[in-house]
Amino acid sequence: MTKYIRRAAGLCAVLLVALLVNAARVQVFLASSYDDNVANRRQAIARYEQPRGDILVDGRTVTGSADTGEQLRFERTYTDGPLYAPVTGFASQLYGTTFLENAGDEILSGTDPMLAPLPLWNDVTRTQNPGGKIVTTLNSAAQRAAYDGLAGRRGAVAAVEPATGKILALVSTPSYDPAELSGTGPSATRAWNRLNDAPSKPMLNRAIRQTYPPGSTFKVVTAAAALDAGVVRDLDARTESPDPYRLPGTTTSLTNEVDGCENASVRYAFEWSCNSVFAKLGVDIGLGDMTRAATDFGFNDRKLKIPFSVSPSNFDLTLDRAQLALSSIGQFDTRATPLQMAMISSAVAGGGSVKAPYLVERTTTQGGRTVATTGQRTLHQAMSPATAQQMRELMTDVVREGTGRNAAIPGATVGGKTGTAQHGIGNSGVPYAWFISWAQAEGSLEPAVAVAVVVEDAAADRGEISGGGNAGPIAKAVMKAVLGF
Amino acid sequence: MIQPGLPGTTVVADPPTPAVRLPRRRGIEFTLIVVAVLLCVCGYCAVGLARHGTVPPGAAGYGAGLGVLALLAHVAVRFRAPYADPLLLPIAVLLNGLGLILIYRLDLDTPADQAAPIQLIWSTLGVAFFIAAVLFLRDHRVLQRYTYVSVVAALGLLTLPIFFPAVNGARIWIRIAGFSIQPGEFAKVLLAVFFAGYLAANRNALAYAGRRIWRFERLQLPAGRVLGPIVAIWLLSVGVLVLERDLGTSLLFFGLFVILLYVATGRTGWIAVGLLLACAGAMAVGRLEPHVHGRVQDWMHPFASIEAGQGPNQLAQSLFSFAAGGVTGTGLGLGHSILIGFAAKSDFILATAGEELGLAGLSAIFLLYALLVERGYRAGLALRDPFGRLLAIGLASIVALQVFVIAGGVTGLIPLTGMAMPFLAQGGSSVVTNWIIVALLIRISDVARSQYDGTAAP
Repeated sequence: MTKYIRRAAGLCAVLLVALLVNAARVQVFLASSYDDNVANRRQAIARYEQPRGDILVDGRTVTGSADTGEQLRFERTYTDGPLYAPVTGFASQLYGTTFLENAGDEILSGTDPMLAPLPLWNDVTRTQNPGGKIVTTLNSAAQRAAYDGLAGRRGAVAAVEPATGKILALVSTPSYDPAELSGTGPSATRAWNRLNDAPSKPMLNRAIRQTYPPGSTFKVVTAAAALDAGVVRDLDARTESPDPYRLPGTTTSLTNEVDGCENASVRYAFEWSCNSVFAKLGVDIGLGDMTRAATDFGFNDRKLKIPFSVSPSNFDLTLDRAQLALSSIGQFDTRATPLQMAMISSAVAGGGSVKAPYLVERTTTQGGRTVATTGQRTLHQAMSPATAQQMRELMTDVVREGTGRNAAIPGATVGGKTGTAQHGIGNSGVPYAWFISWAQAEGSLEPAVAVAVVVEDAAADRGEISGGGNAGPIAKAVMKAVLGF
Repeated sequence: MIQPGLPGTTVVADPPTPAVRLPRRRGIEFTLIVVAVLLCVCGYCAVGLARHGTVPPGAAGYGAGLGVLALLAHVAVRFRAPYADPLLLPIAVLLNGLGLILIYRLDLDTPADQAAPIQLIWSTLGVAFFIAAVLFLRDHRVLQRYTYVSVVAALGLLTLPIFFPAVNGARIWIRIAGFSIQPGEFAKVLLAVFFAGYLAANRNALAYAGRRIWRFERLQLPAGRVLGPIVAIWLLSVGVLVLERDLGTSLLFFGLFVILLYVATGRTGWIAVGLLLACAGAMAVGRLEPHVHGRVQDWMHPFASIEAGQGPNQLAQSLFSFAAGGVTGTGLGLGHSILIGFAAKSDFILATAGEELGLAGLSAIFLLYALLVERGYRAGLALRDPFGRLLAIGLASIVALQVFVIAGGVTGLIPLTGMAMPFLAQGGSSVVTNWIIVALLIRISDVARSQYDGTAAP
């Protein structure tokens, strides 16, 4: 019997080995694929186990975390949800993250290895870092002024600091409260469906993710290109420009809404926004110099991140002469985001150099130790400093005595350019009102702010829509907020 | 080898006192018990520290309670079974203590369902049974007299739940005064007694009556006359499966019988017959019973429900748990095995061990069971009487098979069948039964080691 007992014991040993080998298979070799299975809740549980780090504006947090006591414990809250939604985005337990919540997720959720006090510290102690903080470049007063100025109309505002590229305001309206999407309950699902179905697209970040025909505001690019290329040497010399201007190779004539544009000087044409003069100027500059100028200002850049990506603004690289003429006054296929137009205004104010716009000043641990700082970066020199100086003159004239008088601020030098962009089939759509500007306090060495405003006001009368009338006061309010006036 | 033809039913008289006595090893047992209790207290504190940052207020009480229980059991062993194997009791204490920790830890995630206090009551009851068995059962050979009483009692216990309503698809519980009892658990011990008694008496007839096939000695088929009992047991297993929908218990009974039959007769023919019958039964039941069919499908495709968009099923959640543990585990109290949901504290308790203690802890638990089984087998080898040998092998095999069936099930090695992890899982009947099994092994090993005369076992 002993022999058979030993054999039975051998069977038990085989069973033991089978269990051990299988346990090693599941716990070691298949572990990572099981951990990453979409149906495995552990990653989500770990992610929401601690409060999410905060996003700061002007040293004040605009986010928070609520302890729900549920399995996914902490839910995102927002102190001023709709105001900062284009910056923060949402952090939803159901629908993922967007914008800063997305780009800074590793810092905010505490998974960024840089948050650890020592390298590999978390691997040794097997703890998670508390969520870090993101300090933004935003100016809360400017953000508020822009949001209030738009007053719920469809539109957007982008404001940057010309010397550095810091984004001071980034507003898109109508907005939404991202807190509605934070949780997992049926209310989050309802909010998600409602926001996605809404015709006003409240979750669309119009300041960076929507491109508009820039209309006359694009004349800044055309004028700068003309000066840099030597096509125009004297701002006050008369140009050989007919009114109306027949587009080359077509029978279509381009008219102006103001008088005095025939053979008008560039100064006059810029001040009063003569389409005929700038359309012809674009053709005179030529496709090569025009596309180079547009690209230097930031058009056609697919890689811009602030740190989340910005939709590329478009200036076509192959155009016939008629198309080039229209493109040079910001029509045809020319499209720009409000942030792109703010960058153009900023380049003029800042001596011709285009700074990379950025939204994150620095990231810190929860305790305040700096993890990373965003450095200033120059993207391009879009025009010579001399040209920039002439462009400043032109834009200042617009505000002093031209179409942009609404934006004048006592005690500051303000330059601007209005735009009213046609769009739709046969230009049937309600035009977009543009205003781009910059401001420099008197006695200050540097311009404080450059801003772009677009209002796509479907409700207003056609005659009422103009860059100076609709968008100008908003730009003025934002500039005043930054200047502290 | 015991001589063929020696009547197995007669109770072998105690041999004369051997010249060489084995050391009693009670001091080692005591030391190991202290270590086991301390380990359990550490584990209990670890849960509290991980969850609340403080040592749980009940830690001292828990340690004292477990210590007193273990000490009482140790005293009983010291007085009535002084030669017993010194490893059996410490292993049982450690496993039972660990089970209590795991259940207490899962209770933290289910505030509405507190299972640990009830489990503690059952553990106390189990130790009481253990002490009673050690005190009153002076010699295991007495049990051989009750061979047929045992089988009748076992059948009675097994059929009892049929008259009670099914719980979660299985008809294995009876409810008395708020307590759920699983009579099938107690039937295991009774069946082991019956198998040992029956086979000790009839093993020669079973071993030598048969016709050869293909002229090979080894492939000798048993005679039809003695096939009766094995067919009866097979029918019993299938009956349990069909009537009570309890795949695990029927697998256990049948496996136990085949092992003991082989050990008693040494005939591989029995194994072949047993495997054939098992396959036939499994295929028939697998096809006819949707319950069993589903288990096999789950085993082959554990993530099918995820791909179908219905979320992970229990087995998938269990696999996620083990995977989350990795090699070193998350630490006690820090895993999320509660996601398994229903039966997380009973059938799936091992997933909590796997997640929070990791592969290292899980392997340690497997090795504790292996040691327990090995000690049972060792006692069986050292004994001289066939009944005692078969009983020891049977009881140890119950533990081995049970561990394999449920651990293999929750780790995806074999189709999942509901069964309690010995000592670890929530379930009063199971923990009481396991304490009785350990008591019987203590008694058998005491006889085996006190009889030791310096020569190898026959």
